[in-house]
Amino acid sequence: MGTKAERYKSGVMPYAQMGYWDADYVPNDTDVIAVFRISPQEGVDPVEAAAAVAGESSTATWTVVWTDRLTACDAYRAKAFRVDPVPGAPGQYFSYIAYDIDLFEEGSIANLTASIIGNVFGFKPLKALRLEDMRIPVAYLKTFQGPPTGIVVERERLDKFGRPLLGATTKPKLGLSSKNYGRVVYEALKGGLDFVKDDENINSQPFMHWRDRFLYCMEAVNKASAATGEVKGHYLNVTAATMEDMYERADFAKQLGSCIVMIDLVIGYTAIQSMAKWARRNDMILHLHRAGHGTYTRQKTHGVSFRVIAKWMRMAGVDHIHAGTVVGKLEGDPNVIKGIYSICRDSFTKENLEQGVFFDQDWAGLRKLMPVASGGIHAGQMHQLITYLGEDVVLQFGGGTIGHPDGIQAGATANRVALEVMIKARNEGRDIWNEGPRILAEAGRWCSPLRAALETWKDVTFNYQSTDTADFVPTATLA
Amino acid sequence: MKITQGTFSFLPDLTDAEIRAQIDYSLGHGWAIGVEFTDDPHPRNCYWEMWGNPMFDLRDAAGAMTEVLACRDAHPETYIRVNAFDATRGFETTRLSFIVNRPSTEPGFLLKRHEVGGRQIQYTIESYAAQAPEGRRYVG
Repeated sequence: MGTKAERYKSGVMPYAQMGYWDADYVPNDTDVIAVFRISPQEGVDPVEAAAAVAGESSTATWTVVWTDRLTACDAYRAKAFRVDPVPGAPGQYFSYIAYDIDLFEEGSIANLTASIIGNVFGFKPLKALRLEDMRIPVAYLKTFQGPPTGIVVERERLDKFGRPLLGATTKPKLGLSSKNYGRVVYEALKGGLDFVKDDENINSQPFMHWRDRFLYCMEAVNKASAATGEVKGHYLNVTAATMEDMYERADFAKQLGSCIVMIDLVIGYTAIQSMAKWARRNDMILHLHRAGHGTYTRQKTHGVSFRVIAKWMRMAGVDHIHAGTVVGKLEGDPNVIKGIYSICRDSFTKENLEQGVFFDQDWAGLRKLMPVASGGIHAGQMHQLITYLGEDVVLQFGGGTIGHPDGIQAGATANRVALEVMIKARNEGRDIWNEGPRILAEAGRWCSPLRAALETWKDVTFNYQSTDTADFVPTATLA
Repeated sequence: MKITQGTFSFLPDLTDAEIRAQIDYSLGHGWAIGVEFTDDPHPRNCYWEMWGNPMFDLRDAAGAMTEVLACRDAHPETYIRVNAFDATRGFETTRLSFIVNRPSTEPGFLLKRHEVGGRQIQYTIESYAAQAPEGRRYVG
């Protein structure tokens, strides 16, 4: 590169030459590593494009500045150290970039993301840019609180083991009065669900104000608990315009004895971290609805992969996160969903390129995050849901409970019976993937609500091609 | 009413063969079987009486079944559950828990409402059976 004087002479210089590319760099254990999918403009060299991403997401600007020489700039520069062509996708490259831990404020998702997905996503020499995955070093993870409750403690508090939890979102999403809304909650919980849920856009509208809703929902929760002898809950959505409003609503939910509150992803990373601290302080389960994520997670070439959002949310500290169903109405390739579920639930997530997981990730004792499967699922898919998603998951059947021909209680009972009979069969060693429909039909003989559910939704499937799929097929080996 | 705590309460009562199959599944994962009983089925009563310690060293389902049957003989008019405990790092908790015996009648729970200001209600759930002293709650 020549002398320092040449390096810091005013003018424009390729990012790679400025020190943002180092093919020999060996990342430290304490480095944050990001892998981006870059699509350079025509004629832009991929290595230079990777160096530019490293530069723009760390210390660089478009021209040389002499003030770099007032800093230990070699350490602060992010370093692109590896660029691989994306298998089967000409013009796209996976670029690996390492960041020194001191570039980031401790315990702050806002600060981490301001660098990693800040200015760089609008950078002109790239047609598109996607953050695929990140390796968070243990040293940095330990500065985050993580889930306030976690899967293990949530199950102990709810006294529910050995099976997925069951939930439903109250429908219609909008328009019910509080009293009618609470009716839906009561019927579903009494019929056999563990949780009912506010939808993401139920906050405090003219047709139903939040305080009134909270009061009726807690009547429903307690009445159902007395009717069944089980712990029950309703995710009271405390999403609001300001932190003060959210704290007021969350405090009221706690005062009423609710075991859980909920927030939406759209409130922002800082607000989520504030609510995570509130939830830890108050022994509350914190449910996160991922409202808005599809705007930036779904397309493969540009945005942020949901597996990264899941990682950030485990660090930020929520207890539940909507993470895909595979079989339902919303986007979800089976391999990609498996990778996301691993990120939520593992103590140590292993690199698995077929599932889109680029790095080993030691979770360093951060509690586990319960994934939630919601959107267009029904009792007839129980064997598929358990096979794909396992048992540490909340299965949410909204339409699949409330739309039952014999009523909401019958819908809830159908789901609960389908779930228990399938877990029992799995544990007995039966091949539920193939025998599932028969196992359900057998239970339908003694359980008429299940029989009716199977009949009503027998033809409902959502078989569309996923847009967000993994790039590596099982036989591929990485050079 | 029928209390629906536990993993399989929405199914018909498990036969002894079905209970044994679930114990086999649990032992296959290296989990320890524990048997517990109570005559206080309040949803937040997490400490049922232990029918001995969890059987950490027992790897044979027949042995665990012997304990289930012995507990049933000694306490026929109580709730009895089988727990499977996983001591693996990162879990260290119950992984399966299901009811294997119930009293012949289940009177259920009273929901008490204590009205306070601002339309708020403080709720208390009380077991009808637990009004009687321990040991005399589900007789006959």
